[in-house]
Amino acid sequence: MPEQFYFALEVALNGLLTGVMYSLVALGFVLIYKSSEIFNYAQGVMALFAALTLVGLQTGQVPFAELINAIFGTHLSHFGWQLPPLVAIVLTAAVMVLFAFLVERLILRHLVGQEPIILFMATIGLAYFLEGFGDLMWGSEIKKLDIGLPQGISETVESLTGKWFGYGLFIDKLDIAAAVVAGILVTVLTLFSQYTKQGRALRAVADDHQAALSVGISLRFIWVLVWSIAGFIALVAGVMWGAKSGVQFSLSLIALKALPVLMLGGFTSIPGAIVGGLIIGVGEKLFEFWVGPLIGGATENWFAYVLALIFLVFRPQGLFGEKIIERV
Amino acid sequence: MFYREAGDFKTTYREDMQTFPIRLDRRAYWMIVVLAFVVAPFVVNDYWTNAVLLPFLVWATAALGLNLLTGYCGQVSLGTGGFMAVGAFAAYKLMTAFPGMNIFFVVLLAGVVTAVVGLLFGLPSLRIKGFYLAVATLAAQFFFVWLFNKMPWFYNYSASGQITAPERTIFGILVTGPSAAPAAKYLFTLTILFGLAWLARNLTRGRTGRSWMAIRDMDIAAEIIGVNPLRAKLSAFAVSSFFIGVAGALFFTVYLGSAEVTEAFGIDKSFLVLFMIIIGGLGSILGSFLGAALLVLLPVFLKNVMVDILGWETYIAAHLELMIVGGLIIFFLIYEPHGLAQLWRLAKEKLRLWPFPY
Repeated sequence: MPEQFYFALEVALNGLLTGVMYSLVALGFVLIYKSSEIFNYAQGVMALFAALTLVGLQTGQVPFAELINAIFGTHLSHFGWQLPPLVAIVLTAAVMVLFAFLVERLILRHLVGQEPIILFMATIGLAYFLEGFGDLMWGSEIKKLDIGLPQGISETVESLTGKWFGYGLFIDKLDIAAAVVAGILVTVLTLFSQYTKQGRALRAVADDHQAALSVGISLRFIWVLVWSIAGFIALVAGVMWGAKSGVQFSLSLIALKALPVLMLGGFTSIPGAIVGGLIIGVGEKLFEFWVGPLIGGATENWFAYVLALIFLVFRPQGLFGEKIIERV
Repeated sequence: MFYREAGDFKTTYREDMQTFPIRLDRRAYWMIVVLAFVVAPFVVNDYWTNAVLLPFLVWATAALGLNLLTGYCGQVSLGTGGFMAVGAFAAYKLMTAFPGMNIFFVVLLAGVVTAVVGLLFGLPSLRIKGFYLAVATLAAQFFFVWLFNKMPWFYNYSASGQITAPERTIFGILVTGPSAAPAAKYLFTLTILFGLAWLARNLTRGRTGRSWMAIRDMDIAAEIIGVNPLRAKLSAFAVSSFFIGVAGALFFTVYLGSAEVTEAFGIDKSFLVLFMIIIGGLGSILGSFLGAALLVLLPVFLKNVMVDILGWETYIAAHLELMIVGGLIIFFLIYEPHGLAQLWRLAKEKLRLWPFPY
């Protein structure tokens, strides 16, 4: 087998694993969209905020330290304790639940029945607010996120593939961990929505708001629930991306990458989010590998969007989306 | 007491349909025009012209363009930054390729180039709508920033990748380049904006604008009553891109002087313009101006208060600014979805009944 083939295979595999990361963010979008028809632009910033909070809690940072220092002239920075990762994760999840509650209370409740595009813009506003808030609370410098996830190139895969094909594939351990976590997450979510009472209520709301209301399902509770789950997914995505490339502002830009993923997979489909993420991940890496050098590189910035754009012209509802039916 | 239409008799249909039917409005309008054209260039100092008035004019042009597309025709676009980049780079290429061309025509031609590009990116709007379209316009945003970054032809193979506007004059007065007087830049930009605003107002109250609004309100119903969606949507994209292209050209040639594409025309600019029209008022010419004014003034104001008066660090002010802008967006969407323009309208209604409301 030619070296070039294995190299492309390695690129594709890495793309597949990046795609898993995209899918993680896209999952949060889909959940919220299905249950409330809100296209939550803030999902990426939620991931950033969750990761920031996690690091902040873990290293015992004083929240709003910079602001307090500026107002009172003090020199606060850290409480001086270190929390174990698991405790920090549980606390961060609690913060995300609180956030979901506040979002429902302060924003969604007042915007019931508005047009979807208005709600979309509200979430853009929320994204800006949360970005400023997160930076103000924990500081905007790049942070290292370390909760004991495996790092580095996996030697097992390299030696195994080296033995089988005569060419060792380089795969990041963290990517494999992310794939495993994503798999678990999807399984748990599916089980939750299929076999629990709340999950059934969630599906009912997704199906028809009014019918769900009329059989006594509390829409507000479901919204808080869904935003909490989305917050938890954001936490997982934030941890994975944060461990990969540090917790910094560019983390929130992966949310933008999740948009073409959704367009490809369809806004309403969980399998669509996964498959779309994988297609985009593999597609952009292979495109960069083959075509990128010819036209100057860094095509990852736009390839996903253009692919989704071309795709949409032929299939406006995405791969797995519900057929769009319009009535006057 | 004074703000009445009583006694202001209209004798022709034309008078009845004019933009400002109330005499006081008309007078106020002309007073503002005179103030802006004749008084402001001599009174306002250079710092204010450069820091507030010029960006306001440029962003108002962009907001006007996006408002035609989003507010009047209902097609959400997140590609404003990318289209502004097209306008800027078109202006740059025209200026360097044809040194003899008047800057006024350079700016207009840059707008035309952007209109053609916008038409191209408007094509998907015939198939997809809503969020899907919004995300599709992101393709334009990222693609153009990448294109102007990676293709050296666009920045004339300059080593830094930056583009710098050469000096150009109108009637012998410099309007671009570092040594141009702020007042001259201001008047040049203002003249273009004035013309464009007049064009926008008249487009929106004519056949074209009504077909846009019909498409916005319900596209299928509009199609049934005989509005051609292809023509309406594509014309909205073209006109809007023209405005945005002109804004991009002015932003680069007159305001910035030199620009680097990722920094000057990033996605944050797309959102900035979108915020302007949400806060100002979707589907309102006045709203575009009010929104642009607020979002240009707000950072200047916050910076003055927090950095200069309170002595805080710049980055704290930047974070707070993000929070305030985001909060404002949500606030307006909840309490006044039609924006500042609607507040102004309500104030006028109240004023007409004052001091004897029923």
